[in-house]
Amino acid sequence: MNENDIILSVLARHGNDGTRLMQILRETQEALGWLAPHTLTTIAAGIGWSRAEVEGTASFYSFFHIEPRGRYRVLWSDNITDRMLGNQDLMLQMCQALWLEPGRVSEDGLVSVDTTSCTGLCDQGPAVLVNYRAIPRMTAEGVEQMVDLICTGTPLSDWPAEWFNVVSQVRRKDRLLDHGLVPGQALLAAIERGPEAMIAELKTSGLRGRGGAGFPAGQKWEACRNSPGADRIVICNADEGEPGTFKDRILLTDHPDQVFEGMTIAAWSIKASRGYVYLRGEYRYMLETLQAVLDRRRAAGLLGRNILGQPGFDFDIEIHHGAGAYVCGERSALVESLEGKPGRPRLRTWSLSVKGFLGLPTDVNNVETLANACLVAVHGGAWYAGVGTAKSSGTKLLSVSGDCARPGVYEYPYGVTVAQVLADCGATNTYAVQVSGASGITLTTEEFGRRISFEDVPSGGAFMVFDRRRDMLEMARHFSHFFAHESCGFCTPCRVGTAVNARLMDKLAAGHGSVYDINELFKMHRLMQGTSHCGLGSTATNAIHDTLTKFYPAYQRRMKSLDFEPAFDLDSALSQARQMTGRDDSGAHLSNSEST
Amino acid sequence: MDAPRKLKVATTSLAGCFGCHMSLLDIDERLLDLLEIVEFDRSPLTDIKHCGHCDIGLIEGGVCNAENVHVLREFRANCKILVAVGACAVNGGLPAQRNHLQLHEILTAVYATEAGLASGVQIPNDPELPLPLNQVHPIHEVVKVDYFLPGCPPSGDAIWKFLTDLVAGCSPHLGYGLIRYD
Amino acid sequence: MSQDTFLLDGEEIPFTRGQTIMEAARAAGKFIPHLCWHPDFTGHGSCKLCTVKANGHLNAACVTAARKDMTVENRTPELDDKRRTLLQLLFVEGNHFCPSCEKSGNCVLQATAYELDMMSPHFDHFFPDRPVDASHPEVLLDFNRCILCELCVRVSRDIDHKNIFALSGRGIAKHLVVNAESGRLADTDFSLDDKAAQVCPVGVILTKKKGFSVPIGQRRFDATSIATQVTEAAAAAQEEV
Ligand SMILES: Cc1cc2nc3c(=O)[nH]c(=O)nc-3n(C[C@H](O)[C@H](O)[C@H](O)COP(=O)(O)O)c2cc1C
Ligand code: SF4
Ligand code: SF4
Ligand code: SF4
Ligand code: FES
Repeated sequence: MNENDIILSVLARHGNDGTRLMQILRETQEALGWLAPHTLTTIAAGIGWSRAEVEGTASFYSFFHIEPRGRYRVLWSDNITDRMLGNQDLMLQMCQALWLEPGRVSEDGLVSVDTTSCTGLCDQGPAVLVNYRAIPRMTAEGVEQMVDLICTGTPLSDWPAEWFNVVSQVRRKDRLLDHGLVPGQALLAAIERGPEAMIAELKTSGLRGRGGAGFPAGQKWEACRNSPGADRIVICNADEGEPGTFKDRILLTDHPDQVFEGMTIAAWSIKASRGYVYLRGEYRYMLETLQAVLDRRRAAGLLGRNILGQPGFDFDIEIHHGAGAYVCGERSALVESLEGKPGRPRLRTWSLSVKGFLGLPTDVNNVETLANACLVAVHGGAWYAGVGTAKSSGTKLLSVSGDCARPGVYEYPYGVTVAQVLADCGATNTYAVQVSGASGITLTTEEFGRRISFEDVPSGGAFMVFDRRRDMLEMARHFSHFFAHESCGFCTPCRVGTAVNARLMDKLAAGHGSVYDINELFKMHRLMQGTSHCGLGSTATNAIHDTLTKFYPAYQRRMKSLDFEPAFDLDSALSQARQMTGRDDSGAHLSNSEST
Repeated sequence: MDAPRKLKVATTSLAGCFGCHMSLLDIDERLLDLLEIVEFDRSPLTDIKHCGHCDIGLIEGGVCNAENVHVLREFRANCKILVAVGACAVNGGLPAQRNHLQLHEILTAVYATEAGLASGVQIPNDPELPLPLNQVHPIHEVVKVDYFLPGCPPSGDAIWKFLTDLVAGCSPHLGYGLIRYD
Repeated sequence: MSQDTFLLDGEEIPFTRGQTIMEAARAAGKFIPHLCWHPDFTGHGSCKLCTVKANGHLNAACVTAARKDMTVENRTPELDDKRRTLLQLLFVEGNHFCPSCEKSGNCVLQATAYELDMMSPHFDHFFPDRPVDASHPEVLLDFNRCILCELCVRVSRDIDHKNIFALSGRGIAKHLVVNAESGRLADTDFSLDDKAAQVCPVGVILTKKKGFSVPIGQRRFDATSIATQVTEAAAAAQEEV
C-alpha cells in the first residue's frame, strides 16, 4: 500500500468521522511514522474539516508529530521520582552513545531521545517509552543494550520481552482490591436492584469521585439520568496524568472486569448505550489486552445487546487513546479530545451531565470510582459506608513512590494517617510528602499526623516520599516546568503564567534569585489561583506556594541578594560577542553582582 | 523652616536615541521652573562624568552592551529613585527588535558578508570598545527600577507631570492622554 | 413585571434572562475590561481581563450569566491590579512595540492598558520569533502581536464560514495558523471582504497600504478612553430609544 492508501484505509475504518480524529491520527502515525503536512491535508479532506482545524489537533498533543521524529523515538519519563532514581544520567549516557542532543533527531533519521511527563511507572522507574511502549527499571547496562539494538535497527518485537514487563506492585489490599467478585456478579446485582434503587444505594454509600474533585457519584449519575437526551454516554477517565499516580494502571491491569462492569452498571443506571474508556497514550501497551477483555465480556453477554437478557439494555465500550496531554484528564477537555479536538476545557455554561460528548448527557468517572460502584451494587450503600470517615466513605488506593523501601499501590480505608502509610512503605528519614501529585499539597514532618480524606488531606492517589537528601525547591521547580509544558494555552494567566513561573524557578535554582523574584511567585500564585479557566492553572502554583511557605530555607540558601538580581546571566550574555571578537580581557566580562 | 533642599537629578542615555532627552527639553519654559526645584548631576545637559549621590536618576534607552550595564549600575548605586524613561528603557524598544536574530549572525552580516564592505574589514576587537550583549534588554531586567515612564518619546507634558509629582513627593500618575506607548 | 437587576460596583444594572454580566453592563454603559469579547459575538472566556467578583467568586464576566440580585465587583483596585498583571503577561508574551505598530491608537490592548495605568510590561520579555506573513496581496499578518483571542478564528468559522484561522500548539508555544498546507495566507481563500479581516483587536490582521491613513492623534482611542466610549455609546443608544 502506498502512503495515500494507508491514510484512506485508516479513514475508512473510522467512517471518515472527524470526531474520531484522535484515533485516525494515532493509527496513521503508527503506520507512517509521523504526520507530514500533506498527510494532514489528506485527512482533513477525508473528514471534511478544515486543514487548520486538523493541524490544531495534531499540534496540540505531545505524542503526535508534525515533524519527523526518527524510527526509534525514545522518551524518558521525567517525573521527579524518575529523577530521584537517576534518569537524567541515564538519558545523558544514551545521548552520548548515540551522538545525539536531547530533542533532536539523528541525522540519518534513525532515533530521537527526549523527555516526557510522568508515565505512571514511578514505582518501577526510571522508565522510558520507546515508540510509545513502556519499559520500566532502566539501568546503565540496559541503556547500553538498547543503544545497540537501535543502532542495528532491531525491531521492537525482537527486543528482550522481559524489558516490557510492567509489574503490579500491590502492597496492601482492602475491600476493593480484595473484592472476590466474578465477572457479571456486580452487574447482575445492579440489575436486580433496578436503576433507581442502584442510584439510591450509591447515594447512601457516600461514594465520592476518586479522580480528585470528590463529587458524589450518586448525585452525578442521577443528574445524568434526569437530563433529557436521545442517548447517554458513560466515560471512564483513565487519563491518569497526575505525576506520581499509577493506581488506575493497577486496576486496569489486574481488575479490568471491575472497571468495565462499573461502567456497565452506570450505563444501566443512567440509560446509556455507549461507553468510552479514555486511556492515556502512555498506557498504549495495555490496548490489546483490554480489547481482549471486552471481547470476552461481549461473548459472555455482559456487553452488547440485551445485556444479561435484559430487553433493551444495550451498551458497548470502546477504548479511545489520549496522546500525551495531562489537561485531557480534566473532564471537559477529555470530552473535547474524544470529539477529535484539542483538549481545551470547556466553559462551565453547561454541565456535562446535561450537554457532554456530542451534546449528549455524559457521565465522566474515574477508573477507581467505577470499580467501587461494583462493591456498592453487590453489598449495598450502608455496607460500603461502613469504613472510612464521615465525609469520605470506603477506601482509597494510594500510589506510593519516591524514597521508600516498598513503593507500589496501597489500599487503605479513608482516614489513614500519613505517618501510617510512611511506616508501611518503609520510608525512613522522611522530610516531606507530596500528596496528590504536582497539583497537590506538600506536607512537612509536623503534618504526618494528618489523615488522607476529603476532610483533611484529599488525594487523587499520588503519594511521593522525599527523604532528607532531597531539595524541595528542585521538586517545585520540576513541577513548574511540568505545568508550563502541559498548559493547554487557552487562558492568559495559565498560558503565560506557567512559563513565567518556570523561568523564575530556574533563576532561583541557578542562584540568581532574590526576594523580588519570590514576591513575583506569590503574586502569580494569587493571580493564577483566582483567574485560571480550569483546575490545571488554578493548582499549578500549589507546590511553589507550599514549598515557599514550608521550606523557605531551601530558597534562601540559593539567594545571592535579598534585594534584586538581574533577570539573566550577564556574563553569558556577552558570550557571542566574545567568541566573535576573540576577546577575553576584563572588559569582556560582567558579573551578576552589583559590586563589580 | 529651611527652604527645601533642591533635589539632585542625574540623567543618561543608554541604548536610546536621545529622543527622550529632547522631550525633556520640550517642557520649554517650564524647564526654568524645574531648575528652581532640582539641580542636575551627571547628564548630557551638564558635563559631569560620574553620577554622585542623587535623588532621582532618569534612564533613557535599553541595555545593549557591557558599558550600558556599568553605567546603569552606577546610577542604581547612587540614585534613590531610578526611573525608566521611554519605550527603550521600559521594554527594549527599537534596538530590541534585533532580539529574534542571533548576535553572531548580525555581526557577520554587518562586518563580513554585507555587500559594499571595504576589504579587510573585521569585527572590531579593541578592548576599549564595549562588547554587545546577545540581546537588548529593558533596564528592569538588569537593576531594580522604581518607576516607569512610557512613550516613544514620552511627551514634554508627561515628563513634566511625572517629575513634578515625584518632586512633590507623591506617586506619579499620568492619567489618560499622557500615558502613551507610541 | 419589574425588570430583574443585579448590583455592579454598587449600582443597579438591569438585565434580561440569558444576558451575561458583560452584556448587561455594556448596555448600561459600564466598562468591564475585555479583550477576547466583542459585542457582536458570544463570549469566549480566554483572556480573563473581564474577571469580576460575583458574589465573592472570581468569574469571567463575558461568559457568566447575570443573575437576579447578585453582587458584582468590577473596577476595584484588587481586580484592576489582577487585570494589569494579565495585560503585562500579554505584552511580554508577544512583541509589542507600539511606536512602529500601525494599530497604535486603534488597539484595544493598548487602550485597555492605558485605562488601567499600565506603566510598563513589568515581566521579562519572551521575545518570541514570529515571522510575519506578507504573502497575501491585500492583507499582512504580523503574528508578533497576536494575543490568541480567537476572534478571527471564531468569525471566520461562524460568520464567514471559511475556517481560515486556527490555533496550533499548546501552552506558551500556542500560535495562530492559517488554513493552507504552505502556511501562507495567500494560499487560502481569505479576502478583505471577510468579516474576519476587520475583527482583530490588536495589530495582527492589517490591511496593506492603509497603515497610517488616519494620523496618530485622530485615532479611535486618542481623544477619549475606551471606558468613556462605552459610557457615551450607551447614553447615545438610550437617547435614540
Ligand atoms: C488538570 C486536571 C487533570 C485531571 N486529571 C484527571 C485524571 O487523570 N483522572 C481522573 O479521573 N480525573 C482527573 N481530573 C478530574 C476530572 O476533571 C473529573 O473530576 C473526574 O474525572 C471525575 O470523576 P470522579 O468524579 O469519578 O472523580 C483532572 C482534573 C484536572 C483539572
Ligand atoms: S488553566 Fe491552563 S489548562 Fe486550564 S484552560 Fe487555562 S490555559 Fe488551559
Ligand atoms: S498591537 Fe497594540 S499593544 Fe501591540 S504593538 Fe500594536 S498598538 Fe501596541
Ligand atoms: S490574529 Fe487578532 S483576532 Fe486573531 S487570535 Fe490573534 S489577536 Fe485575536
Ligand atoms: S473578555 Fe472575558 S475572558 Fe476575555
